[in-house]
Amino acid sequence: MKRGHILGLGIIAVAIVIIITSIGDASTYESFSTAKAMAMNGKTEAIHVVGQLKKGQSGEVEGIEVGEDKTSFIFIMVDNDGKEQQVYYNEPVPADFIRSEQVVVIGTYKTEEMFVAEKILMKCPSKYQETDVKPTTS
Amino acid sequence: MTNTFMGNLGHFMVILAFVSALVSAVSYFYYTRASELDKPSWKNFSRITFYIHGFAAISIAFCLFEIIYNHRFEYFYAYSHSSKGLPVHYMISSFWEGQEGAFILWIFWDVVLGLVIINTNKFWEGPVMLVFMLVQAFLVSMILGIVIGDLKIGSSPFMLLRDVSEAPIFQINPDFVPEDGTGLNPLLQNIWMVIHPPTLFLGYASTLVPFAFLMAGLTLKRYSEWIRPALPWAIFSAMILGMGIIMGAYWAYVTLNFGGYWNWDPVENAVYVPWLIMVAAIHTMITFKKSSTALKTSMILVIGSFILVLYATFLVRSGVLGDSSVHSFTDLGLSGQLLIYMLFFLAIAIFLTAKEWKHIPTSEKEASVYSREFWIFIGATTLALMAFQVIVPTSIPVYNAIIEMFGGLSNLAPPADQIGFYTKFQLWFAVALALLTGVGQYFWWNKMTKEDLKNALVTPYIISMVLAAVIITVGKVYDVTYIVIVLAGAFTIVANFSILVKLLKHKTFKLAGGSLAHIGLGMILIGIMFSSGYSDTISINMSGLTYKKDWEDDLNKENVLLWINKPLQMKDYDVVYRGRYKKVVGVPDYVKADAMESLDGVNQALALENIEVKDKVYFQKGDTLKLVLEENSYFKVEYFQEDDKKFTLYPMSQPNPTMGLISSPDSKRYLTKDLYTHVSAINDYEEPEWNDDQFINAAPGEQFFINDFVTQFESADVVKEMDGIPLEEGDIAVQAVLTIMDYDVKKTLKPVFLIRGNQVGKVEHIDHDLGIKVEVDNIVPEENKFVFKVNTYQKDYVVMKAAVKPMINVLWLGTIIMLIGFSVAIFRRFDEFQKMKAKGLE
Repeated sequence: MKRGHILGLGIIAVAIVIIITSIGDASTYESFSTAKAMAMNGKTEAIHVVGQLKKGQSGEVEGIEVGEDKTSFIFIMVDNDGKEQQVYYNEPVPADFIRSEQVVVIGTYKTEEMFVAEKILMKCPSKYQETDVKPTTS
Repeated sequence: MTNTFMGNLGHFMVILAFVSALVSAVSYFYYTRASELDKPSWKNFSRITFYIHGFAAISIAFCLFEIIYNHRFEYFYAYSHSSKGLPVHYMISSFWEGQEGAFILWIFWDVVLGLVIINTNKFWEGPVMLVFMLVQAFLVSMILGIVIGDLKIGSSPFMLLRDVSEAPIFQINPDFVPEDGTGLNPLLQNIWMVIHPPTLFLGYASTLVPFAFLMAGLTLKRYSEWIRPALPWAIFSAMILGMGIIMGAYWAYVTLNFGGYWNWDPVENAVYVPWLIMVAAIHTMITFKKSSTALKTSMILVIGSFILVLYATFLVRSGVLGDSSVHSFTDLGLSGQLLIYMLFFLAIAIFLTAKEWKHIPTSEKEASVYSREFWIFIGATTLALMAFQVIVPTSIPVYNAIIEMFGGLSNLAPPADQIGFYTKFQLWFAVALALLTGVGQYFWWNKMTKEDLKNALVTPYIISMVLAAVIITVGKVYDVTYIVIVLAGAFTIVANFSILVKLLKHKTFKLAGGSLAHIGLGMILIGIMFSSGYSDTISINMSGLTYKKDWEDDLNKENVLLWINKPLQMKDYDVVYRGRYKKVVGVPDYVKADAMESLDGVNQALALENIEVKDKVYFQKGDTLKLVLEENSYFKVEYFQEDDKKFTLYPMSQPNPTMGLISSPDSKRYLTKDLYTHVSAINDYEEPEWNDDQFINAAPGEQFFINDFVTQFESADVVKEMDGIPLEEGDIAVQAVLTIMDYDVKKTLKPVFLIRGNQVGKVEHIDHDLGIKVEVDNIVPEENKFVFKVNTYQKDYVVMKAAVKPMINVLWLGTIIMLIGFSVAIFRRFDEFQKMKAKGLE
């Protein structure tokens, strides 16, 4: 076998390792039910859950409890299957949090009752396609 | 009044640019195939159409900027990206905040590059410009804004607001023009955001040049000659792209709240990958010039870098990244068009390469382990694998989109811990690269045998070991991985430095580009290791207040709450928050927000007291102040060490109506470290929700409590004037003087009780810092008592994060040295080109 071939095989081997670990390390999108089942079975790696903040009758966000020193908070999120869940986040409330249309939490269940988010991604009403023009006096 | 002229002119120029690009492409096509006799006339025609195209492209940019500059808010682009309060240099940022502006920028750079090529390169003009004009046609189509039935081609930046918005106001009054625009994204209000996008887009645009030369080489069957003219451009492209990436990283470091220069966000990855491939391409191209090997590899890499730029554009601008990126653009409905653009050039490149594949000369001889070709090839392979490792997981949303297109369902998500995931691979690849550059440089300049290599490497090996040992001891690096990085970094610095010294001895500085760039790489590696690996968050919350749940113990609370004036210990420092400040035009220091009152005009405020800095009065009480962006507040944070004030930082925060709280850190910069302070949450300040009224009876001289503050009722005085205005005849005004000690700060509150005729006026005193509103509600002369009405609110506070980033300057210095290395290399290749041109070869 020529050296070129060995080299080629080596490159292919590294490439395969990369693909396998990428898929192995990839997270998944789950619902709160499946996420809880995973955590109860001892799988504690972080997963993604997509959902919205819990809103009351008139559309106001419900269930946000800010920690006493304002450096953490708890909120209620409803996933796409409609399941409600308390989520804890170890950072101050992001300022546009209440306005978000969609929330993605990345984290895991720490206890049966509490999902702890390591990271929150928010989709807010688009800043670029603002069609809500306020009629000012002109 | 709605102005439609500029928009129509702009739109016309877009169409002209599109048509002229197509005509020019067709013309260059015929020019390439024409007989020698017909060539001059085809050439003339092609050039004329190109110049028309260039004129149209520049006019598009002019029209759009005119609309922004003159605040024509009847246009959607100006309305949604700009506002009256913006200084001119941020209006430039507004220009490319939207995707359309970014495409215009790209089109503009392509025109500039096209002009340079036409005027420097005689031989390759036809086919190269053909590729250029095809690219331009695609790019201009992105801003065409033509709708045929359900088919939308491009998104025009010259749309009127009334055509985009569904706001009811336009049904009542179609000529309605909003007073002000919604403004520029505050994150982009930074000087680096004025220069980062043009640099990056020049980088994007320049990857086209080597690609176009390659396509020309394939069609003209000059399989290897294209390398010569393409090489300096490839180096130029890698340098500019690299510079763009670094500027972006620096911008992220100084403005973004995620607190780092590199976050492995998909948007960042999308630029990093083509850059790696371009760097790999440069190396194989140079190898080919020296020894006629690696031609096919060079071709694949050049195609790869160009296609990957298009793929990056697709990822960032099609909306496919959706929720996986912090800052991807919104979908303008261009995904189909972007996909066609990419696939078109991919197809052409594959077709031409496949067709000519067997004619492309290859070198049969096996590269020896002691040849530079071998080591360069391994280096290029490592770069390609690095790129591969990043692009595979970054594309996860694309796989999901494809699976869903075929009706499947995929729940694959990007890695939860992006930084950890990518670092674990890229780190080792980078170590391998550093070692390869060290060894590779020796092969580069000398023919080597096993013995020679040993002799050549012994000295740098020993020196780098010593250097690494020093760094490890002084920097207290005790982690095995980090030690390996230091060793690899030190080795590449020393090895390349010794080559550099040799080259300088022979007075051939223009050959030093490679070794300089590699020294930069070594420094970058060490700088990243220290600044990221040993980044130390000092704002660890020790209050223990919220540890109600057992699992919270494991979590690091990286934010601290600072009440105004109350000192808090953070590691080696005591920090005190001192309140909100503003920047005022013409005043050299920050000005306390309480010293002014906002006026109706944009960025205007009324001075409530004299504005002084170091005993010099800059504005009198009652003057109108001009603020530098009214929305920005600066939070004064003092750092003490052993009761000595060491320095004061002013991290910025802006409560933005569309984006929430936008924060920009402030750093104390030392040569060896940065102390980085960033605001994560602030008190509502503008319209506090006051608590219920409280009434307090007190006589002068007495003490009482307001909101836990000990309040001293100093005196009650009859005053003759208020706010500098004399009172009317017969008025009786009594001013109560209250003092409050809040830690080391003494506050004086002066509410006034005014009797005019039968009427009573009460002038309240509000202290935002303490969250107190005091009013004299009544005076009971019989008892010599005052009745105070007190409302309280929360004391002002700030929640912040602080971290020490050691050796960050080594990273920045490394990037600068690397860029200098690239520049030297470009100069050398340009010099070569001049000589070839003198001989009439190009």
